[in-house]
Amino acid sequence: MADKVEKDEFSGTDTTGHEWDGIKELDTPMPRWWLWTMYGTIIWAIGYWIVMPAWPLVSSYTSGFLGYSSRGSLEQELADATAAHADDRAALVTMKVSDVKNDEKIYQFALRGGKSAFAVNCSQCHGSGAQGAPGFPNLNDDDWLWGGSIDKIYETVKYGIRSDNDETRIGNMPAFLTDELLTKDQINDVAEYVLSLSGGEGDAAMITRGKAVFMENCVSCHGDNAKGKNEFGAPNLTDAIWFYGKEKDIIVKTISRGRGNVMPAWVDRLDDVTIRQLALYVHSLGGGE
Amino acid sequence: MVDSSVENIDVRPVNKKENRALFQKREKIQPKKARGDFRRLKWIIMGITLAIYYITPWIRWERGAGGPDQAVLVDLARERFYFFFIEIWPQEVYYITGLLILAAISLFLVTSLFGRAWCGYSCPQTVWTDLFIFVERLVEGDRNARLRLDKAPMSISKFSKRLLKHSIWIVIGLLTGGAWVFYFADAPTLLRELFSFEAPVVAYSSIALLTATTYVFGGLMREQVCTYMCPWPRIQGAMVDDETLTVTYHSARGEPRGPHKKNEPWAGRGHCIDCNQCVAVCPMGIDIRDGLQLECITCALCIDACDDVMDKVDLPRGLISYDTHAGQFDGDPNRKIRVRFIRPRTIAYSLILLLVGSIMLFTLLNRSVLDVNVIRDRNPLFVTLSDGSIRNGYTVKILNKVHETRQFRIDVEGLKGIQSWLETAGPGDHTNLVSVPADALSSVKLFVSAPAASLSERSSDIEVIVTDLVTGGREIQDTSFKGPER
Repeated sequence: MADKVEKDEFSGTDTTGHEWDGIKELDTPMPRWWLWTMYGTIIWAIGYWIVMPAWPLVSSYTSGFLGYSSRGSLEQELADATAAHADDRAALVTMKVSDVKNDEKIYQFALRGGKSAFAVNCSQCHGSGAQGAPGFPNLNDDDWLWGGSIDKIYETVKYGIRSDNDETRIGNMPAFLTDELLTKDQINDVAEYVLSLSGGEGDAAMITRGKAVFMENCVSCHGDNAKGKNEFGAPNLTDAIWFYGKEKDIIVKTISRGRGNVMPAWVDRLDDVTIRQLALYVHSLGGGE
Repeated sequence: MVDSSVENIDVRPVNKKENRALFQKREKIQPKKARGDFRRLKWIIMGITLAIYYITPWIRWERGAGGPDQAVLVDLARERFYFFFIEIWPQEVYYITGLLILAAISLFLVTSLFGRAWCGYSCPQTVWTDLFIFVERLVEGDRNARLRLDKAPMSISKFSKRLLKHSIWIVIGLLTGGAWVFYFADAPTLLRELFSFEAPVVAYSSIALLTATTYVFGGLMREQVCTYMCPWPRIQGAMVDDETLTVTYHSARGEPRGPHKKNEPWAGRGHCIDCNQCVAVCPMGIDIRDGLQLECITCALCIDACDDVMDKVDLPRGLISYDTHAGQFDGDPNRKIRVRFIRPRTIAYSLILLLVGSIMLFTLLNRSVLDVNVIRDRNPLFVTLSDGSIRNGYTVKILNKVHETRQFRIDVEGLKGIQSWLETAGPGDHTNLVSVPADALSSVKLFVSAPAASLSERSSDIEVIVTDLVTGGREIQDTSFKGPER
């Protein structure tokens, strides 16, 4: 830098002494109020530190006089949102759950709540799209083990299936081989027969023998026509939907070892509003009766 | 002895480069009143722009049931923007983009032709500062009186003048902020609510904020806003070229300047008599005789002042006038100014204006009053039903941009045996009737099923057709129908 401040010959302004390719940087003064604005921002920052959470300490932080926290403000927002829907929530629990669909406003409220409650509580087993998995029913289709009306779905969500709740519904597929009720050959024949019910080609002799075994052992739950019975949670064996899979070895395994999956009773964990929302949401997925 | 008909003013251009230091102390500028064509033009433009600003929210416009009857309205709560016959939904915000492009390019075009005409005449900062200076002059008198008042010790008279001036300024600020909020709500209703203290808090806080900014920017900061806060003077430099008209001091004619005695010959000297009138009227505190400079907003008041002086000393007007950069080196007092309107730059700007304007006009005239969006469920992609058929789910969004309720029917075509029903419909109900309220969006869940036998691929093309039951107008959306691997 030059000892003496150089003046730009055109503007008469001091230069900083910096020069690039013949272009000199002018040292144009800033307005003084601009400087005061900067001091103002510094004072503002100090004030901000005092009233808002600011500095990290060893195990906590300076929380500020206003007591603000982003977690607290989120909780407040959630509480406000719940309070804002107090009327909808009250209406939802007083209405018969199957009548909610007639009230557009409450119904839409229930679907939105149900969707988010489903993602939190149900998607772990039934999948985020309620598409299910082997052993976990697909809730989108029109095949229901325990009934697909809104009331039945509500009951299922509330008390669960084979759960530890007293109101739960129970229906077990016996283990026909383990408990020595049928022989391996008989089971093989029944499996062949069951496959034939939904249009599968099979060994005619096996199917005939299998049908006889079926009539003796299975109709009490699955029905004479094998269309299943909701009161026992016994699946319809004649349709295109397979709970555990449509391969013969899976069917043989089901008959041999039995089945008995558990759905928890949500009445012990969720409030009635949420359970109703879930029932309505599941029903709206498209397969509800 | 100086020419007695012209007052010689002792005034220092506070923004002259030599007068600056590190952290410039602000010196008050007390502009003298100018008289002349440009001053008159500025009064007219001030009247027009203020009238547009204050009157626009009160213009009524019939829109039918459910629609607001305010011509210009930004309805933030209901997410609509109304501008006379134009109504814009949030997803049509590209109209606003188009308007902004038109505004920006128009500004470029005007700037390349006439320099900072926007700054000098119609920028709100200029209009309101002008208005505030007008009030100041009414209360405290013209420049000399104001300078005397500034120097005078505080007295009842000085205090009451100051109080009156600041009070009027704050009232103007209040009216400015007060008019602003009418663009965001029904003006007559809001006016009533404002006075009965029923208006939303945001209305009062907006008015308070705009009152403060108007008072501070127009009354206190004035030229500081243009010189230090506004980026536009810097940007505009890029649009000004050798052919652009700017406020120009003809140095070839004016120099060498100096005081002039009556009847002294003009030969051998410049026409500038160094009376400093041009500096005294300048609201930016510059000396236009230093040439084109950043601070100059081209308000042309120095032209009025100088023309006045030239008349008094019997010289042709136009020592300071609108001229091109080259013009200042032309010493001819009777110089005729020619503008090259047609230049590559102006042609380019005009073409862009024409193009964007045509696209805007075309899309506005062909704006659909029915929009349909079909969103396929992706989780699960498809569902196998107990009879083996495949079902897909869709969310159909119908936007009714008309101010009356409309009835629609949804049909689905494209596969053999295809069936569709609404999630809300009863069993076996395939009528798919949807009623969409006026100026609203309805979102319905639509289920579509097809026998597995009609699906030849994992994905088939289908059409969702939404028909207006009254007019028969149709909107067709292509989508796909997914099934299992064949």
